Amino acid sequence: MADRFGTVDQVIEDLRKVDYLADASIASVVYLADRLEKPILVEGPAGVGKTELAKAIATTTNSRLIRLQCYEGLDEAKALYEWNYKKQLLRIQADRENETEWSDMEMDIFSEQFLLERPLLEAIRSQEPVVLLIDEVDRVEIETEALLLEVLSDFQVSIPELGTIQGTQRPIVLLTSNNTRELSEALKRRCLYLHIDYPDIEREKAIVKVRVPEIEEELAEQIAQVVSSIRELDLKKAPSISETIDWARTLLFLGRSSVSAETIGDTLNVLLKYQSDIAKAEKEFTPNPDAKPWGSIAKRKD
Amino acid sequence: MLDSLQGFVHELRTAGLPVSMTENLDAMRAVEHIDIAEREVFREVLGSTLVKNHRHRRAFDTVFDVYFSLWASNPEDELAATARGELSGGGATGDISPEEIAQMLIDALLNMDRDALQRLAAMAVSKFAGIEPGRPVGGTYYLYRTLRQLDLNALGARMMSQAAPFEGDPLKERFQSEEYERRLRDLREIIETEIRRRLVADRGVEAMARTLRKPLPEDVDFMHASRDEMVSLQRVIVPLTRTLAARLAQRRRRRHRGQLDFRRTVRASLSYGGVPAEPKFRHPHPSKPEIMVVADVSGSVASFARFTLQFVYAMASQFSKVRSWVFIDGIDEITRFFDESDDVLEAVQRVNSEADVVWVDGHSDYGHALEIFHDRHLNEVTPKTSIIILGDARNNYHASGSWVLEALGKRAKHVYWLNPEPIGYWDTGDSVIGDYANFCDGVYECRNLRQLQSFVTTVAEG
Repeated sequence: MADRFGTVDQVIEDLRKVDYLADASIASVVYLADRLEKPILVEGPAGVGKTELAKAIATTTNSRLIRLQCYEGLDEAKALYEWNYKKQLLRIQADRENETEWSDMEMDIFSEQFLLERPLLEAIRSQEPVVLLIDEVDRVEIETEALLLEVLSDFQVSIPELGTIQGTQRPIVLLTSNNTRELSEALKRRCLYLHIDYPDIEREKAIVKVRVPEIEEELAEQIAQVVSSIRELDLKKAPSISETIDWARTLLFLGRSSVSAETIGDTLNVLLKYQSDIAKAEKEFTPNPDAKPWGSIAKRKD
Repeated sequence: MLDSLQGFVHELRTAGLPVSMTENLDAMRAVEHIDIAEREVFREVLGSTLVKNHRHRRAFDTVFDVYFSLWASNPEDELAATARGELSGGGATGDISPEEIAQMLIDALLNMDRDALQRLAAMAVSKFAGIEPGRPVGGTYYLYRTLRQLDLNALGARMMSQAAPFEGDPLKERFQSEEYERRLRDLREIIETEIRRRLVADRGVEAMARTLRKPLPEDVDFMHASRDEMVSLQRVIVPLTRTLAARLAQRRRRRHRGQLDFRRTVRASLSYGGVPAEPKFRHPHPSKPEIMVVADVSGSVASFARFTLQFVYAMASQFSKVRSWVFIDGIDEITRFFDESDDVLEAVQRVNSEADVVWVDGHSDYGHALEIFHDRHLNEVTPKTSIIILGDARNNYHASGSWVLEALGKRAKHVYWLNPEPIGYWDTGDSVIGDYANFCDGVYECRNLRQLQSFVTTVAEG
């Protein structure tokens, strides 16, 4: 067992050093994953830093990040291993004159040097510490999920011609999912579950300050407030953290030192990507003389 | 500890959460690695090992609070506190007026002093809630009583008036009010927790968990959903339709293999030295079904109809065309509302206010509505159309008009009926569902999301 992290608090601290601000729930799960040697299944809206988390863990534990991007049609040959068919063919042809016994030949062409490593096998056989990121696992078909199971629970791969390859060390494994479909029970059972949501104002402000260091304190605060306010609206796609950061950079680039209703209107398209959402937010933020002060609390339902 | 953990897991299962044996063991192993005294870490650790679906998280949190958070402090103190509370806010808190409590609350809220809020919440609950020991309640009523006395809205308004002037800067004002709103929401939560804590101390963990048990979002009955439950349903509907759409699209693509694709087969054979070892096939493009939804929107089933319309339109990409009508005793086509706006929720609201569905008296008359539908739209029904009728078939003893369904059924691909009533109630009183069922390809009970979801899968697969 590697014990990369001593305590939950240390996880927060370590991640902070590489500019990732983890909250208590993220830190607890990462700590637990390290202790129990179980993979983490990370879900949440797009752009809340699921993939970033894996990168941050890799940096802070001095590990190499091995990434398997999932897509529809991903198969064993792309995820686990593949026999180097062309090389095998060359080998057979080169051997034609020697008339080697077939059984010797077979032993030979199904040996390590004809094996092409794909990300999962690479992670298992790696000697140095690695973090394995299986990105957007919800994109593969439910049948393909099965090929992940052996890797996730026992950290081994069975290759019929070579036998079972056991992992040399237990890396931290993260799976991310945008929840476009329900993952199978078998997969979920093998993982710890972490749901990352949009951050609260304090945390978002801290994130903006870390990622856009030259920003003023006050502007960062206003940005976080506006974004959280926009997320309260009923939108098709709420702004993600990465969009907040983009927006912060935009404002900085435009030389604005504070946010006004006008600025919001001009730059909304950085935060929101649907026309109907933009229209809705614009309506909300244009000053309206008729609006009752304190409208939002009066609307509150108890 | 192990015992209460087992009790906890048992309660989760009773509440409907699928917790497997492995997950249970994981949780027990996990607990060894952490300090249980740190409640939030403990909560996350149990949550991440036992609950693998975000929709179930709320149910988990409720059970967790009852089992672990609330008896965190010494139970004897709690009992004493409850006892004091019974003396109608007597003792030390007796001589503090509501006005003074309000003022102290405002001070604490302005500084966001959590300890003070906690104390004040306890005081307010003793004073206002009037908790009666031994009653099997979940505390909603006590919460209501406390909040009515405190009047959070008024507190918020007073806080706003005490805040620094905004000099006509509406943006600042907005942020400030949102900030106070969040604090008030926190206060509300603190009060709710305080009430639950007392109830748990009074009646014990298991009894309390049983009282608080609520159906999971996918099991909430449409017809009897409370407002809170409706909100939580709204929240899951979009992700759910996305999930479903993705699955259907995938299945449609993969279901059949088409004709042999000669060109690609030859191309693939090159890497096997010209042997066509790997045949390639063209993927067929199966046609998507066309949907007509006809929904009863009279009072008793309105929320079901709204919900189903929302669901169908959220999945519109899975159908080649979606048209919809609503009726009570008159009928009106509402496709236009959905075409004009790309926001389904807004369209549903417009349907509520603008659709013209009353003919005589505003009591459901299926016969008349169906007859008009027949006269106006029969020619538009094609063999590619699936017709879905939503309603409880409670016809107020009018003529059923079931011959319309027969006529439609001859032209359409399928006619389905979704009934939000439990099967046991069908054909009782003025329900004539049996009459219609003769001419439908299927009549489905559709009382919750789970049933709706499985029905949509059936239709979309054609």
